[in-house]
Amino acid sequence: MFVAPAYAQTADQEAVGDEVNTEIGVAENGGEGAFPPFETETYPSQLLWLAITFGLFYIFLKQVVLPRIGNILEVRRDRIAQDLDEAARMKEEADAALAAYEQDLADARKKAGAIAQEARDNAKAEAEAERKKVEEALESKLEEADSRIAKIKEAAIGEVGTIAEETAETIVQKLIGGRLEKEALQAAVKAAQQ
Amino acid sequence: MATDPIHQFEISRIIPIEIGGLDFSFTNSSAFMVATVAAAGAFLYLTTSSRGLIPSRLQSISEMTYEFIASMLRDAAGSQGMRFFPLVFSLFMFVLMANLLGMFPYFFTVTSHIVVTFALAILVIGTVLVYGFWKHGFGFLKLFVPEGVPAVLIPLVVAIEIVSFLSRPVSLSVRLFANMLAGHITLKVFAGFVTSLGALGVAGATGAILPLAMTVALTGLEFLVAFLQAYVFAVLTCMYLNDALHPGH
Repeated sequence: MFVAPAYAQTADQEAVGDEVNTEIGVAENGGEGAFPPFETETYPSQLLWLAITFGLFYIFLKQVVLPRIGNILEVRRDRIAQDLDEAARMKEEADAALAAYEQDLADARKKAGAIAQEARDNAKAEAEAERKKVEEALESKLEEADSRIAKIKEAAIGEVGTIAEETAETIVQKLIGGRLEKEALQAAVKAAQQ
Repeated sequence: MATDPIHQFEISRIIPIEIGGLDFSFTNSSAFMVATVAAAGAFLYLTTSSRGLIPSRLQSISEMTYEFIASMLRDAAGSQGMRFFPLVFSLFMFVLMANLLGMFPYFFTVTSHIVVTFALAILVIGTVLVYGFWKHGFGFLKLFVPEGVPAVLIPLVVAIEIVSFLSRPVSLSVRLFANMLAGHITLKVFAGFVTSLGALGVAGATGAILPLAMTVALTGLEFLVAFLQAYVFAVLTCMYLNDALHPGH
């Protein structure tokens, strides 16, 4: 509004430079110095042009502009509602996918556990079998050794009799210089052994 | 006469037209009515022509105005009141654009003439009366008889109600007219001080700083008033239309 002073000056000049041009309204209607809004002579013109302009404005807005803006807003509202629905549907889908994934994961875990258990069992069974085999082999070897020991022992015990007889014969020979009946020796050794 | 603050309200003929002894000339006032309507119509039409789903800034101004008036009318008169939406919207836009155009220097302010604002107010009250009687018949007269008033007081209350109803078009039109007129005169007077003081040399020019600041501040205030008066006019229109729709309160 810095132009206002300029306006003031122009108004000044206009006034000074005689009321020639556009100010016929006041001059002609004789209401010199009258307050313009109360000059009734101007009313018909103002009312007519107000009716024309405002009437056209009203019709234009009612027929063209307002339906258009209303339509824009409605389309937007519908679109937003539609998008929200779409978003809700997608979220549901995502939730379902997540649930399915978790289910799969749990299944896989369970399966992996089963496989591991099986492997563990297998290994255990194998080890058991191996152990049994080794034990059996050891057992048989032990038995064999036992029987051999028993045989050796028997043989040794059998030989002890013969050795005792020979020793007794030799001792007797050396002591009394005679010979003894073999049967008597054997009987004596046997008696000693028992 | 140096800075005549009334000069801006004078009406001058551009195309003289006379019918039946009455002066129907196309005047500067008529020209600004055309400009008001053209500017408001073109703005609303052009900003919404792209029908953008995501509105541009200007498009959202049109949309916000639409929703502003629509919610104002719906709050005041209910959803039935929406049948008057084009009227209220046209009135609001017309008054607002006329007030805002009047803020331009050298521009004529259409709403600074009582006959224009009174015609608009009569349009509102006329709509209320015609629609009220058409819709409710004589039941519309219940508007003047508030419920729950003791029988003794009814004549007095009815008289008061009728006077208040009759004063509505006057208050509606004078409020707008007087605000625009007074604001523009005040602006002009302060601006006039600036030029007359400025002509007095250095001291005068220094003294002119104060009225200049006042002019600037008043200009801001006048923009507020321009919007506020259009808003008040629209709000009161909504409330009066509510009476036509629901005369029993």
